[in-house]
Amino acid sequence: MSQTEPTSGTPQAHKLHLSREHALHLLREMLRIRAFEERCAELYTEEKIRGFLHLYCGEEAVAVGVMQALTPTDAVVATYREHGHALARGLPMDRLMAEMYGKQDGVSRGRGGSMHLFDAERRFYGGSAIVAGGIPLAVGLALADRMQGRDQVTACFFGEGAAAEGAFHESLNLAALWRLPVLFVCENNRYAMGTALERSESETDIARKAACYQIPSAALDGMNVIAIEAAAREAIAEVRAGDGPRFLECRTYRFRAHSMFDAQLYRDKAEVEAWKRKGPILRFRHWLEAAGMLDADTAERLDAEIERELAAAVDFAESSAWEPLEDLSRDVCGCVTRGEA
Amino acid sequence: MSGEAIQTTYREAVRAAIREALDRDERVFLMGEDVGRYGGCYAVTKGLYDDYGPERIRDTPLSECGFTGAGIGAAVGGMRPIVEIMTVNFSLLALDQILNNAATLRHMSGGQLKVPVVIRMATGAGKQLAAQHSHSLEAWYAHVPGLKVAAPATLEDARGMLWTALEDPDPVILFEHVMLYNRTGELAADADAVPLTGAAVRRDGTDVSLITYGGCLFKTLEAAEQLAADDIAAEVIDLRSLRPLDDATIMASVAKTHRAVIIDEGWRSGSLAAEVSARIMEQAFWELDAPVGRVCSAEVPIPYPRHLEHAALPQVPAIVAAAKATLGR
Ligand SMILES: Cc1ncc(C[n+]2csc(CCOP(=O)(O)OP(=O)(O)O)c2C)c(N)n1
Repeated sequence: MSQTEPTSGTPQAHKLHLSREHALHLLREMLRIRAFEERCAELYTEEKIRGFLHLYCGEEAVAVGVMQALTPTDAVVATYREHGHALARGLPMDRLMAEMYGKQDGVSRGRGGSMHLFDAERRFYGGSAIVAGGIPLAVGLALADRMQGRDQVTACFFGEGAAAEGAFHESLNLAALWRLPVLFVCENNRYAMGTALERSESETDIARKAACYQIPSAALDGMNVIAIEAAAREAIAEVRAGDGPRFLECRTYRFRAHSMFDAQLYRDKAEVEAWKRKGPILRFRHWLEAAGMLDADTAERLDAEIERELAAAVDFAESSAWEPLEDLSRDVCGCVTRGEA
Repeated sequence: MSGEAIQTTYREAVRAAIREALDRDERVFLMGEDVGRYGGCYAVTKGLYDDYGPERIRDTPLSECGFTGAGIGAAVGGMRPIVEIMTVNFSLLALDQILNNAATLRHMSGGQLKVPVVIRMATGAGKQLAAQHSHSLEAWYAHVPGLKVAAPATLEDARGMLWTALEDPDPVILFEHVMLYNRTGELAADADAVPLTGAAVRRDGTDVSLITYGGCLFKTLEAAEQLAADDIAAEVIDLRSLRPLDDATIMASVAKTHRAVIIDEGWRSGSLAAEVSARIMEQAFWELDAPVGRVCSAEVPIPYPRHLEHAALPQVPAIVAAAKATLGR
């Protein structure tokens, strides 16, 4: 793992034994994310979801690919663009939708909303809306694992915009210096809000930045779910073996606006369309069809299942209660109990 | 004033102030995240990039500590930078530079250096942006000697404070409450610079002084209107400057009304409201007919759901109730 040219090519180019069952699982996971978010965009227009809503459409292969390589006891740290990570990590869609609404049955009791999804049981640590703010947290989670002798890995997702923040550099250095079990995953979608990578970085090769900290790093085609899974499996095995952190830069693209308020004047429509043609779901679907793994019936069944899950999630969110006002001040601090904080 | 007025918004008033500063002084430049091509996260700087170009409307990477610190350095080096930070929560990444450099260089250097930087940032809640985008940390900055801190609430102040801030030899922090940007109103066509310091009496009254600033001003004025319906004449004071505080205006009002309530979107503990209350106690204790009241934000990170966010913030009914309480009603 040293090259920084993105590995591309067809999915089967990678050493990953891909059963039909697993291939369909990958497709299904990406489709669930896409369907969930498209419904979220509609619900935003209907004012059921409020605040900021950052969609992951176009980037699904990254979260889905990496999540395959994690065990249930590994940890995940993500950003405000984390619906996909939460779904791929196994957080239930209905409780996620309730969180989007701000309802009491949401994964964060409704307190967080779209940007702050948490699930301690699944070791899903948010949901951070301060750019690069989750990276030191991930280093600390990994430090705790190391100090307590657990062979767990922390996967930390962030955008390429985060690479300009001090927290990114300080954290990479710490993780490398202390050889901590962190997999850094940079989702390079080329824009930080309206700022293109070339306009914000003197060195636009993010994987090279990580390499400067002596972290083995690679740049990947972020639209290729198989390539990402394969690279993540390899990297995580090395991290778990105690070989220190690894860094994956996944080159991808955000199909929609930065959030719901964004006229997208900073990029050409043609550029967006060109990337959509390379979209992770479209491409994988075509490949599966060509490989004889996906027929029309199966595709229809998948869509119908997802539609049912989504409808149930919306119903759940609709019927969930608002947290009572008397609870406003709860969960600000805990109670002090001896021996456990 | 020529008497001619234009219809404008708070956002446009800030933009007009930035334009004027760029036109008047070639040392002035603006920098921050997405201020240029994108037009600013709250669209305040829309159009400026096209008119002034990338040298003077500088898009920065996501590096709050770096570019705020660079603004401070450029000010020491003779420029007149306007640094825009998207929102006060993100300014914490730059707090080190603001506190340990901007606020101290003059003093540490025995008066040799000056830091005429202006740092603008959005503040406050009301848009359901939850606990990392919604706080009111004005008091943290107002705590620091060496800084000047102001909160323009009206169109006149949004239009007029920036130039005065740029002329000031010391670092000035300007807080723009997110719920004010869309406020519309009339502004004199020839509106000009206004003083940075000094509180303003926004409504005269004799029964109780309602003291506030920034995003709470209009809630407080509405409360005063409701109180008037109950024959209570509330005086509304807009602090405008949070450091230094204008003690004289506050005490003159309290001497007249003998009652005070402070309305502050910051958390109650260690708030600006606490500071103003203490000063009233120190300087006007014998004038008081009732304990000083406070309406502040609940001591909770701001939650996402609308009803909880609303309940966490100072609202008109709570202001009315607190004002009535000082009158035993
Ligand atoms: C410290 C900080 N500064 C600014 C922002 C505002 N902001 C939110 S997302 C964003 C762009 C981040 O881009 P990137 O890291 O590439 O991630 P992407 O949104 O593309 O997934 C900005 C500027 C923030 N949330 N936190």
